[in-house]
Amino acid sequence: MTDLPITSKSRPATAGDYVQLLKPRIMMLVVFTAFVGLVAAESVTGIQMHPVMAAIATLAVALGSGAAGAINMWYDADIDAEMKRTATRPIPSGAVPADEALSMGLILSGVSVLLMWLASNWLAAGLLAFSIVYYGVIYTMWLKRATPQNIVIGGGAGAFPPVIGWAAVTGNVPQDAWILFAIIFMWTPPHFWALSLLAHKEYARVGVPMLPVTHGARHTRRQVLFYTVLLLATSLLPLMTGLGGVIYSVAAILLGLAFLALSIQLLRTRAGEEEAPAAHNKFAAGVFAFSIFYLFALFAALLVEHLFGLSFPVRELL
Amino acid sequence: MAEPEKFEPRRLTEEELKARKRRNLWLALALGAFVVAVLAITMIKLSQGAAMPDGGF
Repeated sequence: MTDLPITSKSRPATAGDYVQLLKPRIMMLVVFTAFVGLVAAESVTGIQMHPVMAAIATLAVALGSGAAGAINMWYDADIDAEMKRTATRPIPSGAVPADEALSMGLILSGVSVLLMWLASNWLAAGLLAFSIVYYGVIYTMWLKRATPQNIVIGGGAGAFPPVIGWAAVTGNVPQDAWILFAIIFMWTPPHFWALSLLAHKEYARVGVPMLPVTHGARHTRRQVLFYTVLLLATSLLPLMTGLGGVIYSVAAILLGLAFLALSIQLLRTRAGEEEAPAAHNKFAAGVFAFSIFYLFALFAALLVEHLFGLSFPVRELL
Repeated sequence: MAEPEKFEPRRLTEEELKARKRRNLWLALALGAFVVAVLAITMIKLSQGAAMPDGGF
């Protein structure tokens, strides 16, 4: 867990090391999707949150995401040290002591939930607390090293931010909020498994049962396609409830078809297999990169519609 | 009986001292930001409460 090799070198920690503990790249996506949930809730319900309160609620989501990231890095320091992709993280590189990272995670968890409660309501604060526990405990400590379905079930943690953003505005979580949850939930497996095709050897070495390790690369590529089909279907649900309008529908269909085409192409490659051509593995890396663009663009379409009043429900045009 | 060895704290290097100073500065800024956030929430809640007919009660 946190027993690091004695040989790990110590170096003075910089502010950047503490920022790294918060997993800033994940945080960006979390904050963005939470903000979209918040803006969509205001637009759909007509309830306006004070801009400063909305900013503090968004900050709370960012801090909560960072807290969960720090707890994850504390727990996973032993396997991070053994994997090339993660060996330079602040704890395995010796910059930040493990117990300091845990303290930071726990303190930030408390601060984020407190700020969310003060700036909005207990429901949003409760959901934020639950999402931190979901990622930091349920995914990191229970699922990650226990089952190849770790990413599928654990994906729920990353799907909470738009629900939290919605709850911060309205104090409840209606169907539309859960549709946003479902989109991120369905997006996580193809997103992460595309990456795990490239890192499966390292996961196997440290005993993490990622899908390519337990079921092989071909099965993983099939599952990527399966979840991409589910994602495409789920991404069309906002059109039925009126949450997504014309702009969103065009984005969802075009982006979804592009993701589907890439997943079909990925299935035809040998990415992740022994002695797979470099171009095939590079293609898997491309699918991973596209998946990030996909989620940003899909939520950006929703944001544009609700922020600038450009939401023209498709069902009214039919 | 042998004299217990006197504890000598390790002297921090110049680089370590600088890093510690920078960390403390960031910590102070974070604490300051937290105080400002709580103050802003309080002021907004008070002003919203005062705007209600029953004074927010």
